[in-house]
Amino acid sequence: MSYIRPKFRHPELPKNKLGYSVDFYEGALSTLCAGCGHDSISAGVIQACYESNIEPHRVAKLSGIGCSSKTPAYFLSNSHGFNSVHGRMPSVATGASLANRDLIYFGVSGDGDSASIGMGQFVHVVRRNLNMVYIVMNNGCYGLTKGQDSATADNGSKNKSGNVNLFEAIDMASLAIELGATFVAQSFSGDKAQLVPLIKAAIKHPGFAFINVISPCVTFNNNVGSTKSYDYVRQHVEATSTIDFVPEMAEITTSYEAGTSKKIKMHDGSSIQLSKLEKDWDPMDRSSAVNAMLRAKAKGELLTGLLYMNPDTQDLHHTLNTSDVPLNTLTKKELCPGSKTLADINAEYR
Amino acid sequence: MPLSNNTKPVKAGLNDFVVRFANVNGTGSASANFLFTKAIFRMGIPVTPKNIFPSNIQGLPTWYEVRVSEKGYLGRREGIDLMVAVNPQSMDGDVSAVRTGGYILYDSSKKLHEQYLRDDIHYIGVPLMEMCNTHYADPRQRQLFKNIIYVGALAALVNIEFDVLETLVAEQFQGKEKLIAPNVQALKLGRDYIHEHFKFPLEFKLERRNLLNDAIMIDGNTACGLGAVYSGATVAAWYPITPSTSVVEAFISYSKSLRVDEASGKLNVAILQAEDELAAIGMVIGAGWNGARSFTATSGPGLSLMNEFLGLAYFAEVPAVLIDVQRTGPSTGMPTRTQQSDILEAAYASHGDTKHVLLFPSTPKECFDMTADCFDLAEQLQTPIILMTDLDLGMNDHISPALTWDDKRDYKRGKILTAEDLDVVERFGRYRDVDGDGIPYRTYPGTHPTKGSYFTRGTSRDEYAIYTEDGNAYKRNMDRLVKKWETAKAMVPAPQVYQKNNHSENGLIFFGTSQYSVEEAMDLLSAQGIKLDALRIKAFPFNKVVEDFIHSHKKVFIVEQNRDAQLKSLITNELSIDPNKLISVLNYDGMPITAFKIELEISRSILLSPQFSKA
Repeated sequence: MSYIRPKFRHPELPKNKLGYSVDFYEGALSTLCAGCGHDSISAGVIQACYESNIEPHRVAKLSGIGCSSKTPAYFLSNSHGFNSVHGRMPSVATGASLANRDLIYFGVSGDGDSASIGMGQFVHVVRRNLNMVYIVMNNGCYGLTKGQDSATADNGSKNKSGNVNLFEAIDMASLAIELGATFVAQSFSGDKAQLVPLIKAAIKHPGFAFINVISPCVTFNNNVGSTKSYDYVRQHVEATSTIDFVPEMAEITTSYEAGTSKKIKMHDGSSIQLSKLEKDWDPMDRSSAVNAMLRAKAKGELLTGLLYMNPDTQDLHHTLNTSDVPLNTLTKKELCPGSKTLADINAEYR
Repeated sequence: MPLSNNTKPVKAGLNDFVVRFANVNGTGSASANFLFTKAIFRMGIPVTPKNIFPSNIQGLPTWYEVRVSEKGYLGRREGIDLMVAVNPQSMDGDVSAVRTGGYILYDSSKKLHEQYLRDDIHYIGVPLMEMCNTHYADPRQRQLFKNIIYVGALAALVNIEFDVLETLVAEQFQGKEKLIAPNVQALKLGRDYIHEHFKFPLEFKLERRNLLNDAIMIDGNTACGLGAVYSGATVAAWYPITPSTSVVEAFISYSKSLRVDEASGKLNVAILQAEDELAAIGMVIGAGWNGARSFTATSGPGLSLMNEFLGLAYFAEVPAVLIDVQRTGPSTGMPTRTQQSDILEAAYASHGDTKHVLLFPSTPKECFDMTADCFDLAEQLQTPIILMTDLDLGMNDHISPALTWDDKRDYKRGKILTAEDLDVVERFGRYRDVDGDGIPYRTYPGTHPTKGSYFTRGTSRDEYAIYTEDGNAYKRNMDRLVKKWETAKAMVPAPQVYQKNNHSENGLIFFGTSQYSVEEAMDLLSAQGIKLDALRIKAFPFNKVVEDFIHSHKKVFIVEQNRDAQLKSLITNELSIDPNKLISVLNYDGMPITAFKIELEISRSILLSPQFSKA
């Protein structure tokens, strides 16, 4: 497991507007590898929900299969969770949302889950603009089966066994924009200062909000070192700070200067270039987002932050014109047409 | 010859004959043929149509077979008494399908080729094309009215009351009154041609009766869709596949009028066409988990795709309703032909130890009732329930008792804890068997701030839904699921037993759409002195009645419409019975089973057995 959670909690842990301290948003202890980036993302979710003053039980957490899909157990223990089948969390989330439009839906998936078997469902949940937060914890490999390349592994990259990946990588964020996603962000599990506001913004987004989070696999996509202390310490340093969620995306607080780029060294010695969005970035313009991503890709950099957003979007319920009242609360009174109507229907068939 | 014709000698008579229409699909013949059937229905005479159609939209041969039976036999019958042969493509087979002494009505605008002439049948030539060309200018009308003209001709040949046809045409074109007159004109053209050129009516013909009481004529898929509306389904996720598509189409169509919230104009239902069957069942499970009554409809290939999710729903105990309209498999098989061949796949869908509750309707009324039962059972048992219908039941019109709904009937939502319930629960255990019936309590997401949340998963867990790889905890859970299965036996529809006391040493078991032909076969056998006790299975798991029935007979015939005797396998596998006494009567050519086939196989088996007994 990644860390031993201290039983002792400071009695004066700050409380949010609902009167809950951050520990109220935690889940079971993680059973992921020590230092796994996924745990940092879980911590980001906890922090974002805490800061957003969300009632945990009004959140439903859904996932597929894989390391990433285990994480919903590790945050928001007062929320219902659903660990479904491989690559098919989007359909379960869709059904759940149709049943009750009033909950907040958190989908957690990985690159193995979403970019391969789940590609079909990912594509279609984007198209439908389901009102949910969809986080891909993207480590470029299949951790739970010991490190095989996934479809997001970069062409030419080496895995732990020294094999070079020969195929093109699927870029989930570009794909989401192409498919018409109305909120697309990209981040790094080690960059909590950026990730937390992004998750907060995603929660607030009234449609499909996609966050592709690069989350290194410490065991199978790194050879040396441990980020355990790095992630753990970083998470706790930020835990007491407060970052206000600002709906205007250009003002999301980051620890970088706008327009700068930062090289993040990976455990296996390779590196990812994180490049922050430029000052004159227009997150409302799809084509400029696509162009910027292509430019960054050509330079070997990974563009992070909020890439694209359409805040005026309407979700699936609006498209389907479903009742404002959650469907799961309707009773026989509203749903059953009764025997008199059935007599009329019978007459149509005589 | 595309359709086999059994040579059983038949005698057509008053209100007792079979007409087959041989058409080209996509030419408007369906509505004309339906007009013919509906007119007979309106004359109070039992009638049953079978649509024998290709997996194609336009240009291929399609048949429509109508059996009229004063005795009320609604199964298929061999032997075509009158063939309406208006498709040159299939003429060869259509001519040979007519029974000796039967009739063929053909388009005599062109001379019939010599190869189609048989000297043991009668030919009725009506110059359909010529008449159309004379009376209609528009090419599309020329095509459509050809069909209506032959219905007019048939009216004269078999004595359909003409005003019944006129009424039906007027009803059909309500709001498009301009079309009534030309249609009636076409009917008259056909009728008058027969009057002028042939002896009429034929020796088999119709005579008004009052045999149908308040029956309706409806297809099973529409009845299923209506059943889902009545039983409170609010989420439907589906993927188009023949022959199940019209279940959801009916649900959509009735929801548009019956599920609109008057104040807001919004819908009290969400219907979504999924990207595939994998997603359709996923959505159903997500909605069921979240407290909505949800369903999907599919056929064999879709059921195959849904297997993994069904295993999850079984193990994680999530309600779901699946309507499987079976067609001829395996693989794409004959997608527009009927079969009962998904039994084993449905019963044990998914890997690991899984079992699913199946319901087997026989009539549209049962499609309606059992769809409603499925939703109650799914939520009471917290598991997928599969309604096993088939193409014959789903897509063909059937005479059925009128649909009924008891306004006092409540939706049985099962064991659900509310926020108030949770307040007094010390510790909620999602998979605890509190009541000893194997059925645990569940909570909907979003119910209570601090109690009742749990993690739904396909992995093993303990009574409190906490992940565990402890073999004992896993086994306790699997054994509880068996206990729940036992509980289900008393909750599913009981079999229909045809006699108060068993009086024969031979028994007969059947299910689903075999009912029509089995009941007729029992009469035929009885006339030969062979009396059978019969039992119609309505659900899996089988309850004790089924086991007792088998125990109390020396031989038990099992009628089913598949090659591998799947119900027999299921019975053998699930019940403590001697499999050697089970004898299969199987039909798997894609056509609905006939009484003659059942009668023949059973009488042979009984008469040829060494210890022959007609008792």
